[in-house]
Amino acid sequence: MTTAAEIGAARSDGVPLVFIELRKSVPTAGSLGLLGKARGLFGGAAAVVAGPGSGDVAATLGRYGADVAYFCDDPAVHQELPAPNVDVAASAIRAGGHRTVLFENSVVVADIVGALACRLEAGVIWDLQDLKQRDATLVGTKYVFDDSVAVEAGWSSDVRLAVFRLGILEPVEAAGQGTVTRLEPAIGADASRVTVVEQRHATVADVALASADVIVAGGRGLRDREALALLEDLADAIGGVVAVSMPLVDRGWYQHSRQVGQTGNKVRPRLYLACGISGQLGHRVGMEKSGLIVAINTDATAPIFGMCDAGLIGDLHQVVPELTRRIRAAHASVDHS
Amino acid sequence: MAYKLCVCIKVVPRSAVAKRFDGTTHRLDRSGATELNPHDLYAVEEAVQLRERIGGELIAVTMAPDDGLESLRGALAMGVDRAVAVADPAIAGSDLLATSRVLAAALVRERPDVIVFGSLSADGGGAQLSAAVGERMGLPVLSGVRSIEVTDGRVRGIRQTTDSEVVVETVTPCIVGLGGSTNVPRYPAFRDIVAAKKKAIDCLSLADLGIDPATVGESGSRTEVLTITSPPTRNRGGDVVTDEGQGAAWLFEYLTSRGFA
Ligand SMILES: Cc1cc2nc3c(=O)[nH]c(=O)nc-3n(C[C@H](O)[C@H](O)[C@H](O)COP(=O)(O)OP(=O)(O)OC[C@H]3O[C@@H](n4cnc5c(N)ncnc54)[C@H](O)[C@@H]3O)c2cc1C
Ligand SMILES: Nc1ncnc2c1ncn2[C@@H]1O[C@H](COP(=O)(O)O)[C@@H](O)[C@H]1O
Repeated sequence: MTTAAEIGAARSDGVPLVFIELRKSVPTAGSLGLLGKARGLFGGAAAVVAGPGSGDVAATLGRYGADVAYFCDDPAVHQELPAPNVDVAASAIRAGGHRTVLFENSVVVADIVGALACRLEAGVIWDLQDLKQRDATLVGTKYVFDDSVAVEAGWSSDVRLAVFRLGILEPVEAAGQGTVTRLEPAIGADASRVTVVEQRHATVADVALASADVIVAGGRGLRDREALALLEDLADAIGGVVAVSMPLVDRGWYQHSRQVGQTGNKVRPRLYLACGISGQLGHRVGMEKSGLIVAINTDATAPIFGMCDAGLIGDLHQVVPELTRRIRAAHASVDHS
Repeated sequence: MAYKLCVCIKVVPRSAVAKRFDGTTHRLDRSGATELNPHDLYAVEEAVQLRERIGGELIAVTMAPDDGLESLRGALAMGVDRAVAVADPAIAGSDLLATSRVLAAALVRERPDVIVFGSLSADGGGAQLSAAVGERMGLPVLSGVRSIEVTDGRVRGIRQTTDSEVVVETVTPCIVGLGGSTNVPRYPAFRDIVAAKKKAIDCLSLADLGIDPATVGESGSRTEVLTITSPPTRNRGGDVVTDEGQGAAWLFEYLTSRGFA
């Protein structure tokens, strides 16, 4: 619980600024969730959002807790280019004299934060699980080394950059109303030296992972492409769809639409069967909210075993075909009875 | 004009080694066995392949508080020409701000056309360093890319994002950060391992770089670890069993009991 006195102490250095990330012009759930977090800690929040259409988005942010929403719809701002976003964020920090800036992690955010930190000599704590006030100072909590160690850390800079782990925060609707302010920062020459030549949105997904009930997922433990057939077969028997970790998409075995994780799909099936997946953070953030997590892995120390409901230390090349055979046999005997 | 390429690599505690922290400084104990950051093997491979295509010199650059430098030989064996290591005890405890300051100073001396970064430090990185060094050096950054193409001073990459692939382009000199395991790192042949022993590793101190020690290490950092504890258990409490021939049967029973299969 944050007491009124603590909120008072925190407020004296201004409300925090929340960076709202857009995806196809829609704010991400996690970045909206930061607004609620900021309000809980400081009693108020400001937001900054950039890109085409950001003016419209800014007008809706009061609903999630923003007292002020800065926006910048300069056409030079592209969602996928960090540099112009750094200019916008820096200008919002100056405009409101903000001393704390909250982000939810993403590929673009990591770059924005890295550059912003150096521009402002601002300390960064990333991968946060939580943020709290203690004795009127801000303390971040995070887990490191595959979540085996908990760390509390603090800042000693004027501006503090705080980056939450993906998927920790959910939006909370407040009845609030905020004001909207347009920013017109000079987008630096640096920013315009990187251009987007082409953007290819994922072609219509061949499967809808997000709505799948059962996912059979494969990772680098598959070793060769032929082993994908084992997973396809199991998925067929159990009534699921096949998904993969990032390295298999990198190898071109599957389209990106089949990837689960930080830079892929966030999934929440009733059953997630992870075969030959180590369960590193980049993957975990995409699937840890699944109903049941079942893992098959040859390495007893794989992090996936620390987060599963049932785990088998074994070779997927042997276990998966045998499991498929048993499921098919059970179905056949039901069909015949 | 011959190209000059740099690849930034980090030496990290070997992944299988249990992590220990100093009780008072809260620093990670880096005195045990080390290895090249596994994510940086892809960066080295990408840089070596790029050099094979466009020619020029390839230099690995690293910053580490002490030696552990033998791990750099692996990169030299993969085809890197020489290495530059900033090794100075004052560097211990550096955060993103301090690390980027040191690396930028070491890189500036080389005047590279393209600087390649790996995707992440395995010992707790935030995938932020390429952008930080880019800001310090005033260089454009293409990050999260899965390929690098260099033609006539133009650099192109495909950036993978959550819902799209973006082709991004910039000009040299620039920084390119990789987005993942985009290639298959080579295993050096025996003769390459032998040859690597003769390649130069230049060790630089902070004084060589003209960096005030107060601006790096703990005093130059703007974040501080306050406590280190065990996290609340996030284990779902699941059974983990070893397959001794009955594994598939056990899984089948488990799935059936939960209404699947
Ligand atoms: C910015 C960023 C974003 C990322 N985004 C994503 C993302 O969206 N999705 C994603 O998945 N990753 C992502 N990653 C990468 C992530 O950190 C891991 O590198 C990746 O998830 C590892 O994939 P893996 O588990 O398949 O491979 P590995 O980590 O190599 O694990 C393979 C596992 O297979 C096991 N194995 C080997 N042989 C067998 C066998 N015969 N039977 C059973 N098990 C076997 C091994 O013991 C090992 O545990 C991202 C990384 C970064 C830096
Ligand atoms: N101390 C270091 N020396 C050289 N390169 C580094 C160092 N730390 C990180 N890097 C590079 O920066 C990338 C991203 O690291 P990080 O931002 O720490 O996750 C790594 O993959 C390396 O290429």
